[in-house]
Amino acid sequence: MAQLNTDDGGGGKKKHGKKRAKKTSTHIDMTPMVDLGFLLLTFFILTTTFNKPQAMQLTMPKKLDDPTVKPNTVAADHTLNVLLTKDNTVYYYFGMADPTKGALPALNKVTFGPDGLRKVLIEENNKRHRAYDEIEKLKKEVAEGKLPKDSLGKKKIEFFTDKSRKTSVLTVLLKPDKDAKYKNIVDALDEMAICNIGIYALLESNEVENQMIANAATYN
Amino acid sequence: MPKIKMPKNSPSIDMTPMVDLAFLLVTFFMLISQFRAEEAAVIDIPSSVSDLKIPEKELLMILVDKQDRVFFNLTGQVERDSLLMRMSKEYKVTFNDKQRKEFSNMASFGVPIKQMPSYLDANSTERKKLAEKSTGIPMDSLNCELCRWIYHARRIAPKFRVAIKGDQVTSYPVVRKVMDYLQDDNIGKVNKFNLITNMETGPAPTE
Repeated sequence: MAQLNTDDGGGGKKKHGKKRAKKTSTHIDMTPMVDLGFLLLTFFILTTTFNKPQAMQLTMPKKLDDPTVKPNTVAADHTLNVLLTKDNTVYYYFGMADPTKGALPALNKVTFGPDGLRKVLIEENNKRHRAYDEIEKLKKEVAEGKLPKDSLGKKKIEFFTDKSRKTSVLTVLLKPDKDAKYKNIVDALDEMAICNIGIYALLESNEVENQMIANAATYN
Repeated sequence: MPKIKMPKNSPSIDMTPMVDLAFLLVTFFMLISQFRAEEAAVIDIPSSVSDLKIPEKELLMILVDKQDRVFFNLTGQVERDSLLMRMSKEYKVTFNDKQRKEFSNMASFGVPIKQMPSYLDANSTERKKLAEKSTGIPMDSLNCELCRWIYHARRIAPKFRVAIKGDQVTSYPVVRKVMDYLQDDNIGKVNKFNLITNMETGPAPTE
């Protein structure tokens, strides 16, 4: 190993006091420095975080404190209620659950994921003005650069608020109950984005719906 | 026959290029890494397909951990200091200069305001223990310290984005309550939230 020769010839006898320039090598032992270098390198590699967290934007409707202002009502035929409850379970039903107006609608149980909720949402969305396909087309055009990137949101709104469609597009009401986890809500909102749902809202499940969930859980 | 002289090979190799490379990498990682003050709560965030980047600055963040405890965070040292002063005035809790400085350099916190001075005096290991034992920021309707933190933060920094960072298993009603406080006209008056998530690749486009 390369090293700085520091011993003054301990064993060897000096030759009659004749001084000679010692042959010292110019190499120094770099091992400790390398050790330190790699230690630091390891430390910094391990502590660096490359992926910054992302954010999902959620805009809630303004709270209505004024009782004279009527909240938005949605057409029952085009309303898909998605109930989120414990154990990552999702139930959905169409229309309105009002015990005073006939029988309660049946709950359908689905799971999160491509074959569950997503399939239902895409199907239902496509039934109404082929909304899913149309928005996918727009997305594709943006990806190919035919449309400017920032125009997507505007085009989407235009599509869903067009006079011919306005009252008949799919409206999804997300209703988590008290057992739902935060992850479920994020997943559900994610599905809204993936399935190109035009109108959706985050609400809370009401008493009737809680009862429906409880019934469905006992009979299944 | 002449003797074959074996070359006197020293077993050492020239390490200079390796060292050069190692230090180059060290420099790179040193410059690129940024240290973040330690969060008071361990939060395992859910993932989503959203690819919106969240800014590191100008952010008001509310964290909710696994046990449904609520933590609060505001960026900016100046803003934090004036926030603490406002809270100190309201709850009649006094802070000395050292505690104020500590507060402005800290990340998220989740202790009731009465325990804040001792929390700020604690060193990092003690503080970790305190944070573990803590019940989070009180947010009952009777004693809603969270509302006051939000209220003052919104007045000090009205332009800051509002973010909610929840754990995957945080129960929804707690998050809802936080959102309700944020939306309340007398507290947060904000309707646009950023839910902090991890990146997830979207599904393959269906034909």
